Amino acid sequence: MPAIQSPETATTKPDEVHPDVALVARAKDGDTSAFEQLVRQYDRQIFRVAQHITQNREDAEDITQDVFFKAYTKLDQFQGNSKFSTWLVRIAVNESLMRLRKRKTSKTVSMDEDVHTEEGSIPRDFAEWRPNPEQLYGQGELSDILRKTIQGLPPGFRTVFTLRDIENLSTEETAEALGLSVPAVKSRLLRARLQLRERLSRYFKQQNPLQALDGKSR
Amino acid sequence: MTCTDFLAKLTDFFDGTVPPELLAEVEEHIAECHHCEVVLDSTTKTINIYRNQELYDFPPELQHRLEASIMARCFGPRPTK
Repeated sequence: MPAIQSPETATTKPDEVHPDVALVARAKDGDTSAFEQLVRQYDRQIFRVAQHITQNREDAEDITQDVFFKAYTKLDQFQGNSKFSTWLVRIAVNESLMRLRKRKTSKTVSMDEDVHTEEGSIPRDFAEWRPNPEQLYGQGELSDILRKTIQGLPPGFRTVFTLRDIENLSTEETAEALGLSVPAVKSRLLRARLQLRERLSRYFKQQNPLQALDGKSR
Repeated sequence: MTCTDFLAKLTDFFDGTVPPELLAEVEEHIAECHHCEVVLDSTTKTINIYRNQELYDFPPELQHRLEASIMARCFGPRPTK
């Protein structure tokens, strides 16, 4: 049975207070070093989320700065009902979608724009993949393929996949960060995963011997 | 269980939240339907590949520059010694 590999992450038991709570409290009291520590802890994640959604490095840099500045100015509004990191991610998603909207002035970009199509829910390619598809390509080439493939997803799907599968937020945290219901997240996540699978299949599937021969003879 | 039923349960299957009474049906379908077995295997690999690759580098120079800009924006420029 295939298994999704879970990255090792620091976890907090349900009855333990997350260390961020104390840092946020100190930052609210004007402790700059506490806020600086929060920036150091999460700037990589916020940058990565922004770059995945906008697909633009300069935008991701600007957004990372905007997110922490906004978080600092609205620190009093953070009630601690969610993780501080989820609160930051929510700001990052909103800022990133706003950037996309500005870029496509004639077209609205929202989490709802690409959910009306059933495309991506129906698998079409049933060829088996190589056991270790990562080994088919060099590191640089593989990264290019993965970037190009995720870039082709509609922004709403790309965002859900990024938060749930790349950033490893739980389904509930993803729903909270996106302002969506849990069933909506599950539905979009399924479509995003299946669309990515379909697009990657052309690179990773096993060629049948006749196709391989045909390819060589050209 | 049909292939459509299986797809509807795929996200819960990955999350490990398929109710026990349905889990046996899902696993039975995977064992019997080669297409769904392939979809499950390749979707699992899709998730793992993206999870294992750092697609966008975040070099220390960029991190230091961003942190300095953020702190300056929030608290003003730091006094030079």
